[in-house]
Amino acid sequence: MTLEKKENSYSICVGPVHPALKEPVKLNMEIDGEKVIGVDFELSQVHRGIEWAATRRNPLQVLFLAERICGICNMCHMLSFSRAIETIGDIHAPPRAEYIRVIGAELERIHSHILWAGVAAHELGFDSLMHYTWKLRENVLDTIEYITGNRITKGLITIGGVRHDIPEKKIPRILESVNFYYSHFDKMAKVFLNDPVIKSRTRDVGILSRRDALTTCAVGPTARASGVKKDVRKDEAYAAYQDFDVEPILPDAYTGEIHGDVYDRVLVRLLEVKQSAEIIEKAVKSMPKGPIAWEEKPAVILAKLKPLVGEGIGRHEAPRGEVIHYVKLVGEESPYSWKVRAPTYNNMMPWVPMLMGEQIADIPIIAASIDPCMSCTNRAVSADKTTTMYTMDQLRRLSFLKTRELKRGLGK
Amino acid sequence: MKAQEVLAGLKKEFGAAIRDATIQKNENNMKKKTVAERIWFHIGRKQLHDAVAYLCKKYPDPHFAVCSGYDLGKEIDILYHFTVNYGVRASEITITMHVLLPKKDAVVDTITDLIPGAIISEREMQEMLGIKVKNIPDGRRLFLDPSFPRGVYPWRKDETGPHKLIRNVHGGDSK
Repeated sequence: MTLEKKENSYSICVGPVHPALKEPVKLNMEIDGEKVIGVDFELSQVHRGIEWAATRRNPLQVLFLAERICGICNMCHMLSFSRAIETIGDIHAPPRAEYIRVIGAELERIHSHILWAGVAAHELGFDSLMHYTWKLRENVLDTIEYITGNRITKGLITIGGVRHDIPEKKIPRILESVNFYYSHFDKMAKVFLNDPVIKSRTRDVGILSRRDALTTCAVGPTARASGVKKDVRKDEAYAAYQDFDVEPILPDAYTGEIHGDVYDRVLVRLLEVKQSAEIIEKAVKSMPKGPIAWEEKPAVILAKLKPLVGEGIGRHEAPRGEVIHYVKLVGEESPYSWKVRAPTYNNMMPWVPMLMGEQIADIPIIAASIDPCMSCTNRAVSADKTTTMYTMDQLRRLSFLKTRELKRGLGK
Repeated sequence: MKAQEVLAGLKKEFGAAIRDATIQKNENNMKKKTVAERIWFHIGRKQLHDAVAYLCKKYPDPHFAVCSGYDLGKEIDILYHFTVNYGVRASEITITMHVLLPKKDAVVDTITDLIPGAIISEREMQEMLGIKVKNIPDGRRLFLDPSFPRGVYPWRKDETGPHKLIRNVHGGDSK
């Protein structure tokens, strides 16, 4: 990957802080005229040593640490870590909990994909479309908040189950949200897939061939857009996914052909929004009754987990692709080793074949087309009309009030 | 395809080089039961490259997920996680190969000639565990900043570990 120089070629560097990138990653490009002839990247401008910190905490604390790995698709890390521990301890989450996990995961997929669609529109210079898609995204965030009490950091999963039930009275609101996405799907598809400007900027741009996707170990929508049938929801059919017959979505389902370009990656994600809505609709209508956790008391969970010895893998299909966690327990309070592999880790290498031979102007949209994982943990605070500045203490007090209010709403 | 068959095939090919092989089952509790099968075994570092080549030949395009690893005192254990048989409902099999490397001579062959996408994991292991990957096409640092001191390996638990660099957070050793 080291860059080779040619006569008259020059280097440009995109990132780590760059208007075209929403997250810190440094892309070094070798350019000949307008054409990219070499690609290299430097990672880890936000390495926080989370895996190391986990070896100083008990599994229930690590669960919440795992949730803070990513600011968008955080449930996937909680779920993967839980599944790894559950494998070691031969723990089984009750069926109702598995359904709630699926509902949470699919709501997360809708919000992540729509967020990405907005970013893609922005990278193409189509900001009105960005605002339109992000307006649509608000609905699913409100639904997530309605179920779990928070918009992004849901805290939904626990080892051997889930932490919040979805009572009967909350189901109409979820179905309303599902219908909202059904009714807006056609408009979104029309704008993203048929607009001549978007089409000319994305069709046959940043091509990743099927062979390249396989050899560079691509995962998720990036791999599927290149025609690789790979989706952990089908391949492993974990949690309750076996009940929904999930099929990996390939772009030829809509257009009849696979190019493996940016257009196909947009297409796959849009179709997955619809697929997720369908899964949620089925899930809420057929949720089995029963408990939502293998064990509810944290102290009992910890006491049962402490003597465990062994190693386990937890996998989950996150919005961006396969997440895999490896955990080793040696009968101590904290895990001996914990390795987290998020999808973007595998989707970095595909950048090289995608970007080679492309124009400078297309670097932002191609780089964004793998949906690189960026943290957006910040929540907006609604300021008064007179634009009041809040201090840290005031913000904390506001968050206490909000939590109390939510707890009342959640019936606790 | 069952994990049993995959493991039997590997054992036939590599015989005694495969040790401590187990098949772990991850079942769910649903009416339509699904079982995710995970194969675990130890393999000698000399046979690792051949084992990956065998996987690539027998099960075209095995998915290489990641490498993990940890410090065991005198040895370093590195794990190669693969999955095969994807695309078939509830039948994907995870294969994990443990490779034990003595700390004094922590060298392992590259597998990037077979799976180019493994380069990120190999670069990560070099800088995080202080092992040497032989014939790696690109051995530069990837995750650690250039200013991070040489000879400190974040995943190690011995004196070359990161403990001295951590101050007042995560229960670090120094104040």
